[in-house]
Amino acid sequence: MSKTNHAADARKKDAAEDLFLEQMSHQREVDAQQGEDDGTLAFAPNIDFDKFKPSRSSLAARKRKNILMTALIGVAFLVALIPLISVLWTTLVNGARRLNWDFLSHNMTNVIGGMPTASGGHGGVLHAIIGTLEITLGAMVISIPIGIMCAVFLTEYSKGGRLASVIRVLVDVMSGIPSIVAGLFAFSMFTIIGGPGTLNGFEGSVALSLLMIPTVVKTTEEMLRIVPNDLREASLALGVTKQRTITKIILRTSMSGIISGCILAIARVIGETAPLLMTAGFIVSTNFNLFSGEMTTLPVYVYQEYSKYKAHCPEGASASCVASIPMERAWSAALVLIIIVLILNIIGRLAARALSVKSK
Amino acid sequence: MGQRIDIQHLNVYYGDFLAVEDVNLNIDANKVTAFIGPSGCGKSTVLRTLDRMHEITPGAHVTGEVLLEGQNLYAKDVDPVAVRRDVGMVFQRPNPFPTMSIRQNVLAGVTLNNKRISKSDADDLVEWALRGANLWNEVKDRLDKPGIGLSGGQQQRLCIARAVAVHPKVLLMDEPCSALDPISTLAVEDLINELKKDYTIVIVTHNMQQAARIADYTAFFNLKAVGQPGHLEYFADTTTMFNNPQNEEAERYVSGRFG
Repeated sequence: MSKTNHAADARKKDAAEDLFLEQMSHQREVDAQQGEDDGTLAFAPNIDFDKFKPSRSSLAARKRKNILMTALIGVAFLVALIPLISVLWTTLVNGARRLNWDFLSHNMTNVIGGMPTASGGHGGVLHAIIGTLEITLGAMVISIPIGIMCAVFLTEYSKGGRLASVIRVLVDVMSGIPSIVAGLFAFSMFTIIGGPGTLNGFEGSVALSLLMIPTVVKTTEEMLRIVPNDLREASLALGVTKQRTITKIILRTSMSGIISGCILAIARVIGETAPLLMTAGFIVSTNFNLFSGEMTTLPVYVYQEYSKYKAHCPEGASASCVASIPMERAWSAALVLIIIVLILNIIGRLAARALSVKSK
Repeated sequence: MGQRIDIQHLNVYYGDFLAVEDVNLNIDANKVTAFIGPSGCGKSTVLRTLDRMHEITPGAHVTGEVLLEGQNLYAKDVDPVAVRRDVGMVFQRPNPFPTMSIRQNVLAGVTLNNKRISKSDADDLVEWALRGANLWNEVKDRLDKPGIGLSGGQQQRLCIARAVAVHPKVLLMDEPCSALDPISTLAVEDLINELKKDYTIVIVTHNMQQAARIADYTAFFNLKAVGQPGHLEYFADTTTMFNNPQNEEAERYVSGRFG
């Protein structure tokens, strides 16, 4: 619905109300007259309406309260900004030091202590970037179709039945699952399928999809719910089948909101560490195969580097051996992760804008 | 050409609640038939049973028969989707598809069903439908602009164009002018007068002047009390209905001395 439409509706409503009030007051006069004619008292108790008027002091108090609340809200906003800016700034300052092309284009093979590698750098995150992108993509492929179809069932097919409320409760419960439990689930599932100790990227995708599905279901359901019923009726009345009404009208109309919801869900899981430690493992070399062999993701890389704390530099090593390199790598990897999330967000926003409802 | 509708012993239920009781009504082809009556009397409900749109409300069902040119719409092997292709509907609030351009809106009935349509066929259909809805001259230069960018009255005529583009036999209108200003209302009323050459038109309206202006026949629905089922109180040609109704309730209603 366009804004202008709302405004027009509101105006119509106002006009209707005015008319109604006019008629009411007219009716009251008529009633009063009839009452006098009959010689009986009409139902009109004596009311001193001045008593209910806002007094001058209460108006002044309201003004003061308004200033106070405005100030409070402004301060709360600033307080909320402090951690955000602080985190971004710290990551930027610490991460920029080692963030260069060498860092982005190399993995951690042949990195010995704090010594520089053959390429002149100190190892990099190429394998972790590939792992993060592939595992997250796998999680998207699993959870977005399931989540959207689940939401379609809830809004379009369930007719408010018992099954729908059970599903809603389960989705709520699912959104509260600690991520480590999702990791345990995926791990034990793949132990059953592939034998004990199976670790691969897809296992991580399964774990992450458990965390994504509830978010996708909830946001999509909200978006489908706000599609006006008028559109469903308009489509059905044209002799369009229900299936095509859903895919071509309802999902299409809410598409930009659904995309925003999916981006939100991705942002929630792309930074997960614990379940991926259990399921995708940790390696230093680049693995492109999502379905076989361990994979490293950026958050896991950050954790691993951070837990090394200091690299070993042999005595008498040249100045190019950097003992503090693990922490520096961790910061840079964190910055890379933030940039990836930012890029995803921008892509999502552009897609949402391209698909949004326009009235011009 | 339009087709006639015969309603026989129609009861409409929402779950267990009987909403409308025993309606018997013959609607002539290529005429405008208006449904009038107080709120809650079931005139919109009856209208929606004519293209089985009431079925999208959970629990709604009917007993009795609705015959479209002799064919029972409620026979076992009748597909409601097919019924809605023969019986088009225009709603109270203009509801063009917000993601579609004017042109796409007109073609929606064809393209949404996955029918391929060549560009020249589509151009012809768009122009034919928009001319039929008296909208062509206003929008011919901006067919690719969004449908919701039009004014309310234009949107409603766009919805009528969309409905006639699937070439139905009957056009149902559920208070099509109640959200429009008087000028747009006039445009839509003129349009209804022209459309009856090709379609049978059934219109629900709260506006009795409107019924008197455009309808050939008028059906007056009433209900005995709130919570009681609505029923068809009186059916007559419009002149009789508004000048000399042979029914006390109808007479009180059309003369504004109701209740």
